[in-house]
Amino acid sequence: MKPRKGSFVRSMLAIIWKDLAAELRSRELVSAMLVFALLVIFIFNFALELDAQARATVTAGVLWVTFTFAGTIGLNRSMAVEKDRGCLDGLLLAPVDRSAIYFGKMLSNLAFMLMMAVIILPVYSLFYNVNLFNPALVLVIFLGSLGYVTVGTLLSSMAVQARTRDILLPILLFPVVLPLVVAAVKASTVVLAGQPLGDALAYLNLMIVYDVIFIAVAFMVFDFVVEE
Amino acid sequence: MKRNYPRGLIILNLVTIGLLLVATLMVFLYAPVEAVMGMVQKVFYFHVASTWTGMLGFLVAAVSGILYLRSKDSKWDVVGLAGVEIGMFFTLIGIITGSIWARPIWNTWWTWDPRLTTTTIMELIYAAYLMLRQGIEEPEKRARFGAVYAIVGFITVPMTFLSIRFFRTIHPVIIGGSDPSSTGAFDMTPAMLQTFIFSLLTYTFVFATLLWHRVRLGKLAEKVEQLKLALND
Repeated sequence: MKPRKGSFVRSMLAIIWKDLAAELRSRELVSAMLVFALLVIFIFNFALELDAQARATVTAGVLWVTFTFAGTIGLNRSMAVEKDRGCLDGLLLAPVDRSAIYFGKMLSNLAFMLMMAVIILPVYSLFYNVNLFNPALVLVIFLGSLGYVTVGTLLSSMAVQARTRDILLPILLFPVVLPLVVAAVKASTVVLAGQPLGDALAYLNLMIVYDVIFIAVAFMVFDFVVEE
Repeated sequence: MKRNYPRGLIILNLVTIGLLLVATLMVFLYAPVEAVMGMVQKVFYFHVASTWTGMLGFLVAAVSGILYLRSKDSKWDVVGLAGVEIGMFFTLIGIITGSIWARPIWNTWWTWDPRLTTTTIMELIYAAYLMLRQGIEEPEKRARFGAVYAIVGFITVPMTFLSIRFFRTIHPVIIGGSDPSSTGAFDMTPAMLQTFIFSLLTYTFVFATLLWHRVRLGKLAEKVEQLKLALND
């Protein structure tokens, strides 16, 4: 059956709505990410002795390591739910464009990442009495999370189909998102030091290039990942 | 069995062995000893050639990934896996020879320089590639996922390099004018340049020979697999 015109956006929105509704009822994904993220921050606090002087240089690093680690939990879970209950097969049988499924999953993963960031940032601000409410930081976090879930959704849909799926995702994902995370940490450091956003232009450009390239690549190769 | 051995491969084997001998002799006898660094500079000829071979292997893997996804011909999967295995081996040689050189020249085995870091991250990407393949039993799915990951991994390599390059580098750039601030830079004499080009050529031959052997091995392994299945039926 040929997908109808305009059905791409509608099926994408349907998948996002399904994920958000399921999350609203179970609250298992975002809460797991949040608890994990808080634990990581606590470990960092003692591992790095986060006094005022140390925080000036490492806050951006701590935040991004926290997001990256907590992100893999979310990505793994979000795909494992589809796989375990046979939902993925159902989705694939539906007469919709495969890339609509990808973008639906990707955008709901992005929503989960941003939800976690929206809670973690004020908590971090409160713990350390610093102000992280900065529009430039929000932009950096958005660009970083976008690239992260773009690659993460693609790789996690491969990882869940492997025998070693629980350990596979971080191993596949981290070396590939490294340039994005490095750029995000550097850009956040510049922003948090109170310098103008223009000083981080090289890093922002790199993040935008990364996002654009991988949205295009994922769009092209996702069909091969879910093909039966 | 001997009848099946391709004649071209025999010739290539011999040519490669000959080239390797000549290249080794050139490095030690023909190329002059570098004035400042002395004998340890000799590592340069094989260090750059190995890293070049490694990159070539990963490029082959990415290209065969694209070709596999387009054609679904398992031949390209065998070529891709061969490229990754050979690439990893030579990249490792590149890292080790680099460390041997860096210890006396930089006074450290390791530094967080863009080239060193990118090369090692690249090695980790392809280690992940092998782990991904190990986790999947169906050959067709393994080939598809391998192809996708080889493409994704290869694209990130230049970006990793860029993201770290914004720090200062001490790695010398021998080809295309060296930055005077880097440590261990030198200008090549004509004899050094000839030896260098020759070892690059030699290693490209080594790469081609190994790739042929590995692809042949992969195809034979496939045949054995099919015969086993046929026997079970």
